[in-house]
Amino acid sequence: MTALLEVEDLRVAYGKIEAVKGISFSVEAGQVVTLIGTNGAGKTTTLRTLSGLLRPSGGRISFDGKPLAGYPAHKIVALGLAHSPEGRHIFPRLSIVENLRLGAFLRTDKAGIEQDIERAYDLFPILRERSKQAAGTLSGGEQQMLAMGRALMCQPKLLMLDEPSMGLSPIMMQKIMSTITELKSRGTTILLVEQNAQAALSLADQGHVMEVGRIVLSGTGEHLLHDESVRKAYLGED
Amino acid sequence: MNELPQQLANGLALGALYGLIAIGYTMVYGIVQLINFAHGEIFMIGGFGALTTYIGLPSGISLFVAIPLMIIGGAIASVGVAVLAERFAYRPLRGAPRLAPLITAIGLSIVLQQLVWGWYPDAKKARSFPEFTGESFKILDNLIIQRADAFVLVLAPLCMLALGLFVSKSRNGRAMQATAQDPDTAKLMGINTDRIIVMAFAIGAAFAAIAAVVYGLDKGQIQFEMGFILGLKAFTAAVLGGIGNIYGAMVGGVVLGLAEALSIAYIEEIPGMQQLGGGAWANVWAFVLLIVVLLVRPQGLLGERVADRA
Repeated sequence: MTALLEVEDLRVAYGKIEAVKGISFSVEAGQVVTLIGTNGAGKTTTLRTLSGLLRPSGGRISFDGKPLAGYPAHKIVALGLAHSPEGRHIFPRLSIVENLRLGAFLRTDKAGIEQDIERAYDLFPILRERSKQAAGTLSGGEQQMLAMGRALMCQPKLLMLDEPSMGLSPIMMQKIMSTITELKSRGTTILLVEQNAQAALSLADQGHVMEVGRIVLSGTGEHLLHDESVRKAYLGED
Repeated sequence: MNELPQQLANGLALGALYGLIAIGYTMVYGIVQLINFAHGEIFMIGGFGALTTYIGLPSGISLFVAIPLMIIGGAIASVGVAVLAERFAYRPLRGAPRLAPLITAIGLSIVLQQLVWGWYPDAKKARSFPEFTGESFKILDNLIIQRADAFVLVLAPLCMLALGLFVSKSRNGRAMQATAQDPDTAKLMGINTDRIIVMAFAIGAAFAAIAAVVYGLDKGQIQFEMGFILGLKAFTAAVLGGIGNIYGAMVGGVVLGLAEALSIAYIEEIPGMQQLGGGAWANVWAFVLLIVVLLVRPQGLLGERVADRA
């Protein structure tokens, strides 16, 4: 059986500088897979390439059995690959409910969309309270909730989350991480990029450590969490 | 006799014309941050498209039938040119430094003027345009509204209303707002942003064609260079109102139109300013107003201060 997402020898370059230097990994349906690593390791570049915002310079990506190479971003969403970008990128001057509706831009089932908006509100009740408010007025953590809720609105087969805990207070970070755990328990397939390696590895089935454009270490979340070099480099232990 | 009502009406009609053209600058700027300096020529081409349509109609046709057809013909020409310009001149430069498309726009503006000058029959001098005939509307003793002015005063608000509804309520309109606010993220929602950009160019061009018909009906003639100064004024209106904001374009147009009309009528009555009044100075006062407004509100009347990205 083939995985939902298969990445083979993916390369991405900005001009002459190669940011991703041939990485391979896969995500099985129902799994949570995490990419960890320092700034500049190529994690965000990898996600932006998978969602079509960047063009790969080499390698193969197949999603749900179809090759993705050369697809523009707006067609990749249609295949069921949602991307909640780094820095949240909610639409600041649109209301919360309008942001959620844009997440369902390609859907035509009105009743289903309303139902999923309710689900997003159940997941993040604060969004219901503020549904008519401009999204730019939300706090960072609330914006992150909105970005995740919006990404879920297209009923993705794979949800890509880029640094969902970045810049958040410890309490908000915990809330976001517990939401990801909840999504996992509902069977959502997730590709998670995180700087908070501890939190990411504790909930991931599979983890990959990236360094300057390469995957240098792979294993189960559990395994990486106890790996000595990972502990030293990313979990702040001597 | 108090001539203020008349001056206000003149200013409003002129402002509505500026506003209709300003929409094109503001929509394109709002989405791709490009000052489309060729938009004045898109307006001019709308006028020649309308004239061509009129010439093709049977003679003696009522203007009430002809005008809608002229607007359609003008819009086909202006939208066609705008869409081609976007596709072949601007799109290849997307992602290039901003100066490149700006210079392209200026070049394109010259090219379009020269094409009309060289290729359109008899366009080297002004071509006469059908004029509204018949009575003006006498509202008050001191307020008479010409038919062309009445036409734009009714049409411009209707166009704005339709555009406002389109942008805020329709699916494509929301996609347009999303693209304006964050193009990459809009793509992640499944929005084909290339199509939205073309749409912004097309809507602006259609509004410019309407404005060109209004202008031709009012002046009774059109010229290949008419887009230059009117384009500049409309661009000023867009900046005055807050570029990127569609209502700002109309508000800026009206404020500019009123400022011109009132300065023509009243500046020379101020003691010591006799030399600085009248039509010759209208443009000066219009730009003085622009400078004053931008000193106080750099983002324009309805513009939003662009917040730093979080």
